[in-house]
Amino acid sequence: MITVEMRGITKRFPGVLANDHVDLDLYAGEVHGLLGENGAGKTTLMNILFGLYQPDEGEIRVRGEPVTIHSPADAIALGIGMVHQHFKLVPPFTVTENIILGLGGWGFIDLAAAQREIAAVAAQYGLDVDPTARVQTLSVGVQQRVEILSSLYRGAEVLILDEPTAVLTPQEAESLAITLRRMAEMDKTIVFISHKLEEVLRVTDRVTVLRAGRVVYTSMTRDTDKATLAREMIGHELTSLERAKVLALAGDEDAVLSGTTGASAATNNAPNLIEVRDLHVRDDRDLPAVRGISFQVHGGEILGIAGVDGNGQRELVEAITRVRPIQSGQVFIAGEDATHWKARDFIRHNAAYISDDRHRDGLIFNFDLSRNVTLKVFDQQPFARAGLLNFPAIVRFARDLIARFDVRAPGPHIPAGKLSGGNQQKLVVAREFSQNPRVIVANKPTRGLDIGAAAYVHEKLLEERARGVAILLVSSDLDEVLLLSDRVLVMFNGQSMGVLRRGEADPQTLGLMMAGTPLTALRVQEKVS
Amino acid sequence: MSTTTADTAGTGTAERAPLPWRTLWDNVVQAALSLVLALVVGGALLLVSGRDPIAAYRSLYYGAFGTTDRFTETLVKATPLLLVAVSVSICFRAQVWNIGAEGQMILGAIFSTWVALHVKGLPPLLHLVLAFLAGALGGLLWSLIAGVLKAYLQANEVITTSMLNYIAVYLLAYLVRGPMMDPQGFNFPQSPLIPEELELPRLIARTRLNVAFLVALAAVLLALVFWRSTWGRRTEIVGASRRVAAHVGLNVPRTILLATALSGALTGIAGWGEIFGLHFRLIEEITRGFGTLGIVVALLGGLNPIGMTIAAFFFAALVVGGNAMERNANVPFALVDVIQGCVILLVLSRAYLFKRSSS
Repeated sequence: MITVEMRGITKRFPGVLANDHVDLDLYAGEVHGLLGENGAGKTTLMNILFGLYQPDEGEIRVRGEPVTIHSPADAIALGIGMVHQHFKLVPPFTVTENIILGLGGWGFIDLAAAQREIAAVAAQYGLDVDPTARVQTLSVGVQQRVEILSSLYRGAEVLILDEPTAVLTPQEAESLAITLRRMAEMDKTIVFISHKLEEVLRVTDRVTVLRAGRVVYTSMTRDTDKATLAREMIGHELTSLERAKVLALAGDEDAVLSGTTGASAATNNAPNLIEVRDLHVRDDRDLPAVRGISFQVHGGEILGIAGVDGNGQRELVEAITRVRPIQSGQVFIAGEDATHWKARDFIRHNAAYISDDRHRDGLIFNFDLSRNVTLKVFDQQPFARAGLLNFPAIVRFARDLIARFDVRAPGPHIPAGKLSGGNQQKLVVAREFSQNPRVIVANKPTRGLDIGAAAYVHEKLLEERARGVAILLVSSDLDEVLLLSDRVLVMFNGQSMGVLRRGEADPQTLGLMMAGTPLTALRVQEKVS
Repeated sequence: MSTTTADTAGTGTAERAPLPWRTLWDNVVQAALSLVLALVVGGALLLVSGRDPIAAYRSLYYGAFGTTDRFTETLVKATPLLLVAVSVSICFRAQVWNIGAEGQMILGAIFSTWVALHVKGLPPLLHLVLAFLAGALGGLLWSLIAGVLKAYLQANEVITTSMLNYIAVYLLAYLVRGPMMDPQGFNFPQSPLIPEELELPRLIARTRLNVAFLVALAAVLLALVFWRSTWGRRTEIVGASRRVAAHVGLNVPRTILLATALSGALTGIAGWGEIFGLHFRLIEEITRGFGTLGIVVALLGGLNPIGMTIAAFFFAALVVGGNAMERNANVPFALVDVIQGCVILLVLSRAYLFKRSSS
């Protein structure tokens, strides 16, 4: 039975055609995958169905009736629920309080009754949630269950999940998949937005691929495969690295590991360029975030730091790049004790840093490109002479970088904020790599980028590795870590769960380690069994 | 999406100057529109109160520009406005909301007068230069109090600078009634006159236009050079984002201190100019609200040195012309306040709109 029909949906934003005459049918009892690169229009389309945006053209029918959905309240009344990437929960409230929040009604709230009802709904769908728990004490995976439960409690027949697995460990993602299957069996309609091929193939019944705002492909999931989906998503000739990435996604890891990405230049006698000894760092709330980590990164080597977000990776990176104080322990850069350096010293020692938040840390959006690419060098020759800025040299440098790093921009004088996310990231990469660094610390350098731009950043990282640069790469994207790293250190709760060499690192092992099982414990288990 | 949403405007091949001239032009247009609107509002008020707006505005114009005397008086009033505006703009671009110009001007006046009265035996030129430096130092120290609190303790500078204004006002009131009071001054709250040879030379005989005006113009030039220097760029980066500044290795507290120090010194010089160019003694009404009006000038001029020069000139004309209008057309000076108020409101709402479109 068709529950939702979207016909000819078109949505324009200034300068962007986000949805271009999109047709989409959703059936009761199916998990429908919505696949596409970042910016392909998946989220926009679903925000329209959820009433957050109004389409410029097109019509929506729910259970055969033409409807106009003005707001999420309308959508909920029609039985449409949505779980966003960023949860909308109040941390100090309990699960029950969060779920009944905003439900309306008059007079007193019967919390006990609500709690019983919520527990009943949770049991019905096999959602393991304690209705009395405070949300701030719950893990991300459980918080997501609360969001799902909230939609179900409000009577959702159609449930939209926007990139639900982005924040989950592989084990949590597995449990989510089981929940979704059960919901489908109970005749719910699930829309599963993702850009990860593997999980779309595993979880969904049917899949629709969006590219540049258009539906380019629809199929029953069992009738398709990774290579087809990847081709439809990207839609242009793949570079060798992209091909390697797609192959990696398709499970053909040998192709990746055997040289497609170039053998590591690291040898045992390569200099040790980044070293961390028993490092302890506190977070912004002054709580321990990094709790005794040690590692070394040699020239010509990429050390990947894998882990679920928020396990101390950012604090680790900021301590190494000297923008955050070190509680105890030591950091060495190129053999020198950097423990008491300032950020300036780190930069002056030919070390580059790509922050995970270019908006907050990396770029000044209302500065033009020439100012942004010279943020770290404007007071050096030839950009400054006798304390005065040399504008022709600055602009020439900017033009050169824009061309060399393929930043798609009309010129060096437009504000960085006007570039697309991918081009902003290229700008950061251009600035950081322009000074021929010996050390690179990159925290999620491809965050929010589409496959093309991400592949570009990957290529640049591999080029730098080939030059003999020591690279510390933090990422919560397992594909990225597996694709690029020579060794992978898994971080959990501020500690190292162990280091895997390329080849030893398979998603299953990494997943268990990311969930807090040390490698040593895994090895012991292996021996026992 | 690999296409950029960048507009293609402003993609000329000419090397871009450090100051956003296009923005300046937009500002001039918007400021002119604000002015016209404000004059219309003021005119409507005049009509309602049964006066002839054309005659009133004519006398205002004549009062500000009509004769050499009136015109030079406009430049005299523009002098402290310009110095304060340039000073304030440096802090504002560093996102330090220094509203302590009144206090810094007072301290500059106190320090420089003290040097003029109590340092003896120097050749006049050297003595004058020393008094000038003392004025700069007075303003600098006063603003640095707020700067240190801001840079190292994150104290809100809006509160500290306005509190320091009060302290400065009462300090001045105490000094001109006590330690620095003129013994032969018939108990007027004022200091003795400074030595005659320290009075700033007049640029045009029999007018009050003096060398301080040239100093104000020099401050504009200084600002133009400042924004082309590495020091200015550092200030700009720290102002745009403290976090990015820290990430690219800048010393954020030191940059804030330098900006507040430079700013305070310029305001202190404004106080020096009022004493040595106009009053020749310390009096209570030394700032006459110019410290506050200078902030408005800075905002109206879009923090751009050229824009602020135009704005300072305009506000000075409004004040001088308003006085004449009151005398000649029997229109209360309050009308000038109304026009000023309208301009400020319009400019502020424009700043809000501008901010929205650029974020």
